[in-house]
Amino acid sequence: MTDKKKVPRQPMPEQAPEQRRRNFEEVPLGYTADTALLEASRCIQCKNPACVAGCPVGIDIPGFIRPLRDGDFAGAISKLKEKTALPAVCGRVCPQETQCEERCVLAKTGEAVAIGRLERFAADWGRTQGESQLPQLPPKTGKRVGVVGSGPAGLTVAGDLILLGHDVTVYEAFHKAGGVLVYGIPEFRLPKAIVQNEVDYLARLGVKFEVNAVIGRTETVDELLERHDALFLAVGAGLPSFLNVPGENLIGIYSANEYLTRSNLMKAYLFPQYDTPIVRGKNVVVLGAGNVAMDAARTAMRLGADTVRIVYRRSREEMPARAEEIHHGEEEGIELHLLTAPVRFMGDEKGRVKTIECLRMELGEPDDSGRRRPVPVKDSNFIIDTDMVVIAVGANANPLITSTTPGLKTNKWGYIIADPETGKTLKPRVWAGGDIVTGAATVILAMGAGRLAADSIHKFLQTGW
Amino acid sequence: MFEILERSEMAQGTVVMNVIRAPKIAAKARPGQFVILRANETGERIPLTMADTDSAQGTITIIYQVVGKSTALFKTLQVGQFFLDVLGPLGQPTHIEKQEGLIICIGGGTGTAVVHPITKGFKNAGNRVVAIIGARTKDLLIMEDKMTAASSQLKVCTDDGSYGHHGFVSDILKEFIDSGQKISTVVAAGPVPMMKAIANMTRPHGIQTLVSLNSIMIDGTGMCGGCRVSVGGKNQFTCVDGPEFDGHQVDFDGLMQRLAAYKEQEAQSMNEASHTCKLGQDR
Ligand SMILES: Cc1cc2nc3c(=O)[nH]c(=O)nc-3n(C[C@H](O)[C@H](O)[C@H](O)COP(=O)(O)OP(=O)(O)OC[C@H]3O[C@@H](n4cnc5c(N)ncnc54)[C@H](O)[C@@H]3O)c2cc1C
Ligand SMILES: Cc1cc2nc3c(=O)[nH]c(=O)nc-3n(C[C@H](O)[C@H](O)[C@H](O)COP(=O)(O)OP(=O)(O)OC[C@H]3O[C@@H](n4cnc5c(N)ncnc54)[C@H](O)[C@@H]3O)c2cc1C
Ligand code: SF4
Ligand code: FES
Repeated sequence: MTDKKKVPRQPMPEQAPEQRRRNFEEVPLGYTADTALLEASRCIQCKNPACVAGCPVGIDIPGFIRPLRDGDFAGAISKLKEKTALPAVCGRVCPQETQCEERCVLAKTGEAVAIGRLERFAADWGRTQGESQLPQLPPKTGKRVGVVGSGPAGLTVAGDLILLGHDVTVYEAFHKAGGVLVYGIPEFRLPKAIVQNEVDYLARLGVKFEVNAVIGRTETVDELLERHDALFLAVGAGLPSFLNVPGENLIGIYSANEYLTRSNLMKAYLFPQYDTPIVRGKNVVVLGAGNVAMDAARTAMRLGADTVRIVYRRSREEMPARAEEIHHGEEEGIELHLLTAPVRFMGDEKGRVKTIECLRMELGEPDDSGRRRPVPVKDSNFIIDTDMVVIAVGANANPLITSTTPGLKTNKWGYIIADPETGKTLKPRVWAGGDIVTGAATVILAMGAGRLAADSIHKFLQTGW
Repeated sequence: MFEILERSEMAQGTVVMNVIRAPKIAAKARPGQFVILRANETGERIPLTMADTDSAQGTITIIYQVVGKSTALFKTLQVGQFFLDVLGPLGQPTHIEKQEGLIICIGGGTGTAVVHPITKGFKNAGNRVVAIIGARTKDLLIMEDKMTAASSQLKVCTDDGSYGHHGFVSDILKEFIDSGQKISTVVAAGPVPMMKAIANMTRPHGIQTLVSLNSIMIDGTGMCGGCRVSVGGKNQFTCVDGPEFDGHQVDFDGLMQRLAAYKEQEAQSMNEASHTCKLGQDR
């Protein structure tokens, strides 16, 4: 290691595509200690690190890479934990290529430091080999905080506030905590044991988890306010979008939420060992091209499909999924059918989906989002055969909480209005953050919102609203 | 963990009643609402109506028909044992108020458990309520005494004539319609073909008809859309917009198709279970 610049970006060992496309085990296998040391040595320890500004929670990136490079893995993980409660999650699912790594100075002349992979390495080391000592907790303040929703935003607030001595209870509608991390993102991208480990850690710190608590039904926000000093609402964007085209209720047509929840949360991929069934399509079509669509497509492949097609009305450049996920999907045999839009679904006499009528599209003038608008090519209708369809065209705000909470203001799409600096809503003693404020976004942005809200809640608990 | 405090079997063991300790749910529950239960870690999430609630005792009552793997598994749970998860109350409560004319509540098979709290609610609101319950045969009839207490008048029928009126619940409804009495609302719960027949019967008379739907569900919070059903040409989610809908607007055929979505897997699940344990014993 005489000349740092000569060390190339270390590749991530992965399960081979032909093997992994039929199993649910994690795809990237993680760096070995040697590879991690080599990769860490590539970081030139910038005085004014551009990467840090690219991280939504401002992780001290050179600060954690330095001890890692020197073999002090414990030092690396404790540096990470200063800014993120979920490093093993972030290291796996963050879009580093558009955040920290995009800003890395080395990216200008060659390849960025593999910050995400190093983060994952440090976190995995900490989880499997580090000391699982609990930090010293300050004396109890006697203040009670309720957190509604146990996704990354809610878990971040719970973690921050328990460490400040407040009493924290998390209310979760599902029977398991973790939000999208457990019901949405599949096992092969984020093993559920990792999420459970983070939840268990918070529980050991004293965070109480109340599952099966549908706020708005089991109890209302106003009722929770009677026994809590402050509330943080982080219920995500849990309302599936449909296409509203004919035939959408045929059997075998799922929303991505339903398909992924059946497979991930209910473990239908292990049916009949687990009781929840799922359609195992042979010729699967996934409508949409984001991370959610890629997850659904790759799940369908693992459930035994012969063909899995992504049907998307724009072109490859506009696909919102991470480049890495598209690449992984294509390696596993997922086909991309671009500039194609569904018109209607048709079924057999039992009501099972059989075919989709589609239209070819071409790109026209840019639309509001700045992307070129897809316009239908006249008389280009054609038929795709299928026996299972997943609709993955986005999520909206679920009204269960907002419609049962007087005083909570929402914007025209139903998302909760909250101050972006503090997470304060227009209802006293209530904060909100994550997807229910921003619309469907990312894990790290939800955590960032949680961090700001936790600071604001802590300040409030000491000094008042 | 939700403890089973009381348990009994009816209709020759094909229907089971459980009283479960769930104080938070009992405090909130209103007629027409349901819960989702899971027996154990590998279990499905199963929606069941609360046939009764007691907020003072902090209990809810479920009455379910044993039709497949999950309800067979529920049946094995004894007093003192637990459901791992119970969540609720879910769905919109029935809109109950004093109405001018007669209220007719119709329960077919286990649907009787679903209409019981609604019948009771309408009667307590000062309405005259006729309840009509039916079953294939006398031995499968449930809740006759409870429905007698919950209604102003109870009519019973069996398909085979072994008890009460020989014929369908819709025959009795027809008699009431033909009698010319003012009927304000009909509420029906039971097999989908029964609800469809009743809605078809009341439609020409313009009688408000509420049906309680049993779509396949997962979350029960409007998150997955699996429970969607077309009502008046628009998709509704049974778990949050329902479970009750205007019977004259519901696409019953679409609902029936979707209820059969997992027929093969359900049979497989039941088979494997009866090989490895005693679940399927009495089927
Ligand atoms: C399939 C999929 C793949 C994704 N992949 C990525 C990725 O690779 N990288 C990335 O950065 N982001 C990804 N995302 C986005 C990311 O997961 C979300 O932006 C993030 O989880 C939002 O966090 P949150 O805390 O706001 O809410 P969520 O994670 O949505 O959690 C909300 C929680 O609140 C609960 N809840 C809802 N209503 C109630 C109620 N009334 N009472 C009580 N609890 C309630 C829900 O059950 C849920 O557990 C993905 C999303 C999906 C769906
Ligand atoms: C709001 C609501 C209230 C209900 N109330 C009652 C009640 O009070 N008493 C009662 O006996 N039944 C009730 N049901 C029906 C009950 O949920 C099903 O009978 C039960 O889920 C069957 O599960 P199984 O595994 O035993 O049978 P399976 O063999 O899996 O299925 C038998 C049939 O039940 C339906 N079903 C299967 N899984 C589900 C699911 N997750 N959700 C809904 N339906 C499913 C399917 O149509 C299937 O064909 C209600 C359903 C709903 C939606
Ligand atoms: S920009 Fe790149 S090289 Fe510089 S500190 Fe950050 S990771 Fe290291
Ligand atoms: S059960 Fe999922 S939306 Fe109704």
